[in-house]
Amino acid sequence: MEYVQSENGKHEAPDTPLEYQSETGRLNILGFWVFLGAEIALFATLFASYLVLIGRYADGPTPGELFEVKGVLIETFLLLTSSFTCGLAVHEMRRNSLKGLIVWLGITLLLGLGFLGFEIYEFVHYIHEGASLTTSAYWSGFFVLVGTHGAHVTMGIAWMILIIIQLVQRGLTKHTTRKVFVASLYWHFLDVVWIFIFTAVYLYGMVMHHG
Amino acid sequence: MKWDEFFVTGDPFIYAADVSIVLTTIAIVFVLTYYKKWKWLWSEWLTTVDHKKIGIMYIIAAVLMLFRGGVDALLMRAQITAPGSEILKSQHYNEIFTTHGTIMIIFMAMPFLIGLINFVVPLQIGARDVAYPYLNAVSFWTFFFGAMLFNISFVIGGSPSAGWTSYVPLAGDELNPEPGQNYYLLGLQISGIGTLLTGINFLVTILKMRAPGMNLMRMPMFTWSTLITMLLIIFAFPVLTVALALMTFDRLFGSHFFTLADGGIPMLWANLFWIWGHPEVYIVILPAFGIFSEIISTFARKTLFGYKAMVWSMVSIAGLSFIVWVHHFFTMGANAVVNSFFSITTMAIAIPTGVKIFNWLFTLYKGRIKITSAMLWSLAFIPNFTIGGVTGVMLAMAAADYQYHNTYFLVAHFHYVLISGTVFACFAGLYFWYPKMFGHKLHERIGKWSFWLFMIGFNVCFFPMYFLGLNGMPRRIFTYEWADGWFDLNMVATTGAIGMAIGFVLLVYNIYWSFRYAERETMGDPWDGRTLEWSTPTPVPFYNFAKIPEVTGLDAYSRMKRDPVKDIKKDYKPIHMPSYSGKPIIMSIALFISGFGLVFEWWWMAIAGLIGVLAMLVLRSFDYDDGYYVSVEEIERIENSIE
Repeated sequence: MEYVQSENGKHEAPDTPLEYQSETGRLNILGFWVFLGAEIALFATLFASYLVLIGRYADGPTPGELFEVKGVLIETFLLLTSSFTCGLAVHEMRRNSLKGLIVWLGITLLLGLGFLGFEIYEFVHYIHEGASLTTSAYWSGFFVLVGTHGAHVTMGIAWMILIIIQLVQRGLTKHTTRKVFVASLYWHFLDVVWIFIFTAVYLYGMVMHHG
Repeated sequence: MKWDEFFVTGDPFIYAADVSIVLTTIAIVFVLTYYKKWKWLWSEWLTTVDHKKIGIMYIIAAVLMLFRGGVDALLMRAQITAPGSEILKSQHYNEIFTTHGTIMIIFMAMPFLIGLINFVVPLQIGARDVAYPYLNAVSFWTFFFGAMLFNISFVIGGSPSAGWTSYVPLAGDELNPEPGQNYYLLGLQISGIGTLLTGINFLVTILKMRAPGMNLMRMPMFTWSTLITMLLIIFAFPVLTVALALMTFDRLFGSHFFTLADGGIPMLWANLFWIWGHPEVYIVILPAFGIFSEIISTFARKTLFGYKAMVWSMVSIAGLSFIVWVHHFFTMGANAVVNSFFSITTMAIAIPTGVKIFNWLFTLYKGRIKITSAMLWSLAFIPNFTIGGVTGVMLAMAAADYQYHNTYFLVAHFHYVLISGTVFACFAGLYFWYPKMFGHKLHERIGKWSFWLFMIGFNVCFFPMYFLGLNGMPRRIFTYEWADGWFDLNMVATTGAIGMAIGFVLLVYNIYWSFRYAERETMGDPWDGRTLEWSTPTPVPFYNFAKIPEVTGLDAYSRMKRDPVKDIKKDYKPIHMPSYSGKPIIMSIALFISGFGLVFEWWWMAIAGLIGVLAMLVLRSFDYDDGYYVSVEEIERIENSIE
């Protein structure tokens, strides 16, 4: 079992997905899982900071005054659906359908953009209502936690655009499939983080701290 | 901002530093140009993805930082020796004291160990490179330019002055409006990226790229310590990333995480800092344990005693390291239950550490001990580290800690563990692996002089500090009165510091002397080594192993030497190697520019740098350079030329 990154001469089981067929592909996917472990530590720290700052509103508005169910539900719906379509994209990739992959990735991208649009609208709205990064410790925690997630989504969208270009250029190869797969892991991860934000920030904020 | 605010002025030390920086730069540029070495520097070193070269660059950078941090230390000792001395102004003392701590931990100890890890671990596990060679170069260059950003602060804009722990509100925008603290935040942030990437890289390397037959319980102890350290990095460094980012937001964008006004919690910083900071202490001590294990076993000419106990004690130290952080602020008003919990977990760390100490002693027992410089550092580690450890347990008693917290007792304690642990290990590792890196040994006699001067100097410097602390001398002060009665012991301590400085100078002289005159190695196994790195020829070919070795048990190379395989058929196969790339260094320079812009809140520069970083990421994404294959003829040519 040589670890050498030899693309040739390896006998793979016929049902091994393309992205797992090269040593480089396997290593990169594992490394990305480890990276996600570090991302969990990062978000856990942000959540912890946010949670201890709850109630520290200074003279600013409280979350109960500003949070609205409708916008947050739309965001949640868009992002959760995009995770599903991202799964469909990988499914199409495994079926060796380049076209299906690109279509579903494109839809994922649009849903992600929709999510981002609503989030930006929400942020602008809060700032108009007098809640910004500088208002109070609570709102600093809110904007940095939710904003970090939003920045991750933005990165994910940019990344997916780059991958779609490469898919068009090169089709399904060991490289492009690996990139799609890794990006899909990232995208699902952001979805999971959002569920925690939805619960710890919005539901908790609306139920426990309204008015 | 005016130019006289931009450059630090008004202090003769700073002018001297300015002159020396300019002269050194001119000298380097001149030498490189005169000997026509620019192209060589770029194509052989700056763009390299070879883990061995990256390791060497880490070590060179770390030695330079050790010099810088050491000069800081000497300046502090000079100021504090006699009461009422005015060598340094209070602000300047604060700055030097901050940069000393930060540089020694972040830019010296960690990079030195990561340098040794980079060079040694892939060889120890029989691999041809790390899992992600390109990423490895990114790690090095982000560390390097993060360190440089931090270092230029003392001539441009002024250094941070809130201590290496940067406690708020002292480090906040209101009490500390100068750019110095921004340097701290951004320098650490940029180099932290590199550390996290190193963590991921080596975790995967060790898990996935071991030679056939090397299961986890056959790994050399240094590799084991690296594996555990990388786990610590992966879970601890994101906390630092967040903490630094939040303080950056507070200072640059007016948020209120750690402010006194508008709901901020200064203690949140202390908690976040030490949730990272305490594991960090073990990030710099566990690899040291690994190094000592290798050296003690090699020069006692015995297998390491209690291998499994060594592994499990490191695992439990790593686990415990995450639940002790409150012991850094026992006196800041937590209740008795909280203090008791952290007191007990802290003391518990002494148990696995004690297990390790006994295992080293039992390894020595009935060993045929060979006293080399590397072994001297390792032997000296045991008693000195134990002194540091025992006084650590004294500090761990929360109730007693109320007496001596924030005194020189603490200063003595952590210097005892960090110097006799980490610094001794860096020196020991350097002497030990030097022939593998550079093809010749360091001179033993100079090495031993250097050792004795440094080791005795170290004890003379720091042992009196325990008593200074018990006599009530607080740390972080820049001067005191004759009536305080702390002069005598401070005088002694400074003498010791000079001894350490001479020891360090001798080490550097040793490198120079050995480069010029030492006998060149031909065999590659100068110490009768036990692990796979010694099975390679010296200098190590860029592909490390022409044929990947088969491992049959612990101390793989010892076994090979005992039962040599008779028929070594030279049926080489083409070897895949990664291509060099200039992108990591260019990207890190862009990060440096962006960081520099943020320090002075010059947004255009920060954004321009960031665009450069993104451009490099995009270019890399479209980069399908898969490396190349070394042909069988080429391998045969290289292998034959070695024999």
